[in-house]
Amino acid sequence: MPLHYGSQIEEHHAVRRDAGMFDVSHMAVLDLKGESVRPFLRRLFANDVAKLKIAGKALYTCMLNDDGGILDDLIVYFLTEEHFRLVVNAGTTAKDVEWISAGARDFGVKVREREDLAMIAVQGPNARRKAAVALDSELSEQAAELSPFSATQWGDYFVARTGYTGEDGWEVILPKQRAAEIWDRFLDLGIDACGLGARDTLRLEAGMNLYGSDMDESTTPLESALSWTVSWEPEDRRFTGRDALEAQRSEGVQRKLVGLLLEGRGVMRAHQRVVVDGIGDGEITSGTYSPSLARSIALARVPAATGSRCEVDIRGRLQGARVVKPPFVRNGQPCIDL
Amino acid sequence: MSEIPSDLKFTKSHEWVRVEDDGSLTVGVTDHAQEALGDLVFVEVPEVGATLKAGEACAVVESVKAASDVYSPVSGEVQEANEALAEQPERLNEDAYGEGWIMRIQAESDAELEGLMDAEAYGAFLEQES
Repeated sequence: MPLHYGSQIEEHHAVRRDAGMFDVSHMAVLDLKGESVRPFLRRLFANDVAKLKIAGKALYTCMLNDDGGILDDLIVYFLTEEHFRLVVNAGTTAKDVEWISAGARDFGVKVREREDLAMIAVQGPNARRKAAVALDSELSEQAAELSPFSATQWGDYFVARTGYTGEDGWEVILPKQRAAEIWDRFLDLGIDACGLGARDTLRLEAGMNLYGSDMDESTTPLESALSWTVSWEPEDRRFTGRDALEAQRSEGVQRKLVGLLLEGRGVMRAHQRVVVDGIGDGEITSGTYSPSLARSIALARVPAATGSRCEVDIRGRLQGARVVKPPFVRNGQPCIDL
Repeated sequence: MSEIPSDLKFTKSHEWVRVEDDGSLTVGVTDHAQEALGDLVFVEVPEVGATLKAGEACAVVESVKAASDVYSPVSGEVQEANEALAEQPERLNEDAYGEGWIMRIQAESDAELEGLMDAEAYGAFLEQES
């Protein structure tokens, strides 16, 4: 995926106002099969796949190491009792496959990386309506019924009502050899091609973390604004990393991930220093210019005691910023006061 | 391929210079530079009356991707700055050699201007860089 196909800002607005698409084939699809796949995943993930009761339902979760550090964040789909599907980050695929396969052996679960599949995300208020025309009518009918965060299968095609932009839309998984043709069909139907640049501004406005930037193995979900994805109940579910998280929780979490809105002009960028008066320093983990708000927004890891204001060291100058709770923008609408 | 007007002078850091009728110099960043930067979201222009040295950072152009300094091609005093860029930074993307100008400066001498590249040399420099 290129950074942009023309104008990054126009691509961003296309997704917020109409329909845009991303070639996300670099992400990996892992199919896990076996009789004990559910018990295995209840052990592997911090969120609990026991919540997945209806076929096609999706769950967002972190996969932790023994120290509670985040190995990856991913979406898991429940397809049948013997088949769950994971969509994981590109940069972590090799590590994930190794980690998952090592654990899977004890449960008799087979892990298969689906390198034969491609993935196109169509996103925006008009994305589903426009994209439906390009799909086989049977698949299209199934997809039209999807509620948010669920998926349907049709042969090797898979459509999920999920995304990484804060807008409605689908993520379409399809055979690799059909991807270029479908992409061109989507283009003809008025879905704009969008690049990595717009993908980043959209996900940041939506308050979604990026693995490797906002979190990694050195941070836990509790320090990454992802406590809501940790399923503590039932207490006897001993998922990997649970002991470390429980220890951190009882000792008190020292850092937190927050949203920042810059008060003046300029753009916050990753790794800039955050100064919290009387409390300590933090760091911007992701920062950008928000095309929807025409202001700079960021995610930052700061001391837990941080209140409602801080300053950011932008090119040697301290500039005021407000601490806010993401998302910044959802479904085309600002979620914070400017 | 980006545009390189033949009546301008150029720096290796991708500023352009136009000699005005009154002998002052208008300075901006080249079409090639704006294209490389991508959509601009903020532009900070120099203060009128400021005294600059050749090669000194005098303005900041910030795109969705990154912030970059603009360097003064000559030594001299800033006569005028394009304040409109603060509200409409996209003007620089749309018209780098016109509406997107950064500042007008009165050079201390002609010597530094003589040392800048003409359009042909800048074109060759871009090819070499790529």
